[in-house]
Amino acid sequence: MAKPTTDKTTDKKTDKSKNAVAVSEPEHPLTTMAVVAPLVGWLIPGGGHILLKRYGRGILLLVSVVAMFLIGLGMQGRIYKPNGGDILDILGFVGDVGSGALYFLARLMDWGNVMAANAEADYGKTFLIVAGLLNFIAAADAHHIALGKKQ
Amino acid sequence: MTINLSHFSAAVVFALFASVVFGITQRNSTIDQLRYGLYCFALFVGGVFLAGWVMALIRR
Repeated sequence: MAKPTTDKTTDKKTDKSKNAVAVSEPEHPLTTMAVVAPLVGWLIPGGGHILLKRYGRGILLLVSVVAMFLIGLGMQGRIYKPNGGDILDILGFVGDVGSGALYFLARLMDWGNVMAANAEADYGKTFLIVAGLLNFIAAADAHHIALGKKQ
Repeated sequence: MTINLSHFSAAVVFALFASVVFGITQRNSTIDQLRYGLYCFALFVGGVFLAGWVMALIRR
């Protein structure tokens, strides 16, 4: 009785074609929403989640980031301007700009243009920077939700 | 408008808002988000107490 033979060359070819498909098609393809949602989320804190119909999460993020930003301003925190000087000043600007529209509004209205040298103003500055950094995390989360990596 | 917060109250407010964002962004289901948020809040506030006691002991 003849033994069943397998065509190894054919198997190798199918393996290669499978790999080729796996490489060419990412598990979570980039969609328009995956680009728009984080951008909206950056400009309007929680906006990316609201755009993706995660209303509860979006509102909580909006309240948290806006409250931190306003408390920071209320504590006489300083808003960093674009600068090319000290590395800590550059990082402070990067943190502040994370608040998106809030940062531009503050610059437009000349809020946070103070040089108070007390502990409270220092806490305020930290609140402003952290509000921006938390908003960056929220925007990245909106990107992951839009991609389908997260629920 | 000026807001006057003590070091401790500022730390608690900071912990509250940061925990909300961490909870929402780092977990999937609502119950997991709530648990993780509470866990982060407890760690933040616990860290404040711990650091406070360490500084008080160093000062003695």
